[in-house]
Amino acid sequence: MRTVDLVTYQDNWWEILTSDFMRNALLGGTIVALAAGLIGYFVIVRNTAFAAHALAHIGLPGATGAVLIGIPVSLGLGIFAVGGALVIGALGKKAADREVATGTVLALATGLGLYFNSLATKSSSTMTNVLFGNLLAITNEQLVVFAVMLVALAAAVGLIYRPLLFASVDSEVAEARGVPVRTLSVVFMALLGLVITMAVQVVGTLLLFALVVTPAATGIQLTPRPKRAMAVSAAISLVSVWAGLAFSAMLNLPPSFVVVTIACLVWFAVWLAARASHRAGGAIVGAPSRATEEHPVHA
Amino acid sequence: MSTPEAAPAPAPAATAPDDSPAPPALVFDDVSVVRGGRLVWSEGTFEIPAGSVTAIIGSNGSGKTTMLKVVLGLVPTSSGRVEVLGHAPGDGGASGRGDIGYVPQDYTSTAGDAIRARDAVLLGLTGNRWAFSRTTREQRDRVDEALAAVDATGFANRRVSQLSGGQRQRVAIAQAIVSRPRLVVLDEPLAALDLRNQREIVDLLGRLNRDLGVTILVVAHDLNPLLSVLDGAVYLLDGHAHHAPLSGVVDEDLLSHLYGTRIEVVRTPQGELFMRSV
Repeated sequence: MRTVDLVTYQDNWWEILTSDFMRNALLGGTIVALAAGLIGYFVIVRNTAFAAHALAHIGLPGATGAVLIGIPVSLGLGIFAVGGALVIGALGKKAADREVATGTVLALATGLGLYFNSLATKSSSTMTNVLFGNLLAITNEQLVVFAVMLVALAAAVGLIYRPLLFASVDSEVAEARGVPVRTLSVVFMALLGLVITMAVQVVGTLLLFALVVTPAATGIQLTPRPKRAMAVSAAISLVSVWAGLAFSAMLNLPPSFVVVTIACLVWFAVWLAARASHRAGGAIVGAPSRATEEHPVHA
Repeated sequence: MSTPEAAPAPAPAATAPDDSPAPPALVFDDVSVVRGGRLVWSEGTFEIPAGSVTAIIGSNGSGKTTMLKVVLGLVPTSSGRVEVLGHAPGDGGASGRGDIGYVPQDYTSTAGDAIRARDAVLLGLTGNRWAFSRTTREQRDRVDEALAAVDATGFANRRVSQLSGGQRQRVAIAQAIVSRPRLVVLDEPLAALDLRNQREIVDLLGRLNRDLGVTILVVAHDLNPLLSVLDGAVYLLDGHAHHAPLSGVVDEDLLSHLYGTRIEVVRTPQGELFMRSV
């Protein structure tokens, strides 16, 4: 039986961290973390976490197919993720009603991705990169595209913030007040597709949930105020990416692994704290039954 | 928090009931609705006076909620003419401006954990505005006012998911009235509430109607808790929509026919009415 060194300390980690490829990784990771923070809150409020997960998988055949026909991987990924997002958005019903359909398409897409990959001869590294992300391979061109996408995303979210929140919290009331609920649903999914296209390149299809959904869930546990939750969520994503890169340089670990682990540990710690605080009576997550007793209403 | 109240815009709803006869809040003229190839109801011809409290009643599946959605412009009519506060429903006019408040049957099921009651109410005021903007002091005051009007100030900063059914219903009503609507429509607002909360919500609707002159349209399967505030009812009988003042609705034959079971109307020695199935 062999002994395995789980971690190896690298003396030259500061040198690694300040190198050119690491600069791209830091910048790319930062952009993606901010984008994930912006969209993650709405993913939770709109109950589309599973759709987000599925879209990342739908991107896989786009990426492996791109290698096959010789176009950039990011482009293939983006076309499939955004295209899939538009289809899901256009279906328009609540994500909860579509779990089986979404899961089926997810499986089909993953299979297709594998098939495309088997057709191409030299694409096994693409497959691994798409499944698990490769922050260290981010190019200057990708950085520019990421930056443009982030600006577009921020502008779009700024423009539709209130109606999207209204439609997400109560679509019927919003629709009655003239909010174009269906259109917003499609626009939101398209934005989500963009973020997923970026995030897959950082943490990969399989780990995407931890960067896009988990920090937002943590943010919402910490504060019920939408803008604060978005800020907290972006901050957690940022810290995860930065610390992930630093630790991966120090200990020679795959960055995705460390990024995802940190995001998940923060979520778990907050969840534990919320439970403890709930038991102690100061409810972060409260029981509806108790609310009536604490605030008797005088009509 | 001692800002001088922004000069309260003279609420159009506050016209005294004994002014010159106000135009009706709702006009239905030979309206029929078809959904999924099925005729839901037809021959809907009636007017609902402004400033009244009207129930929409009928057996399960008779199209009560559909009628509410016609008023809101969420369901198209297949024939006839509908006028809501002088506009075609859902033309972005009355409802877009906030002249109509809507309290749906299931208020915030999925998002309740991610939003405070106060923010949910604010959406009733600014939720249909595009482009990012800061919430103004006046808007915050309006939210406080609406929360106070429904006795929800005490739990305004809680997450909606932490509220009881009755508290949630108050928040939904606050969201509906924060834009100072002239018409409020509610879908089964008493359905999931215990007797005390039913009583309190009915009293609240009565106050809204009496003090602010808001016209109220409420889908109900049980008329009893509402009898003290009702002026009349739209009843869906044999696929047709009719309207009658309360005296005409509280009729044993009509109600028995309507619900398909023998209904007895009882008057207590105190003069209160209630009905029961016998």
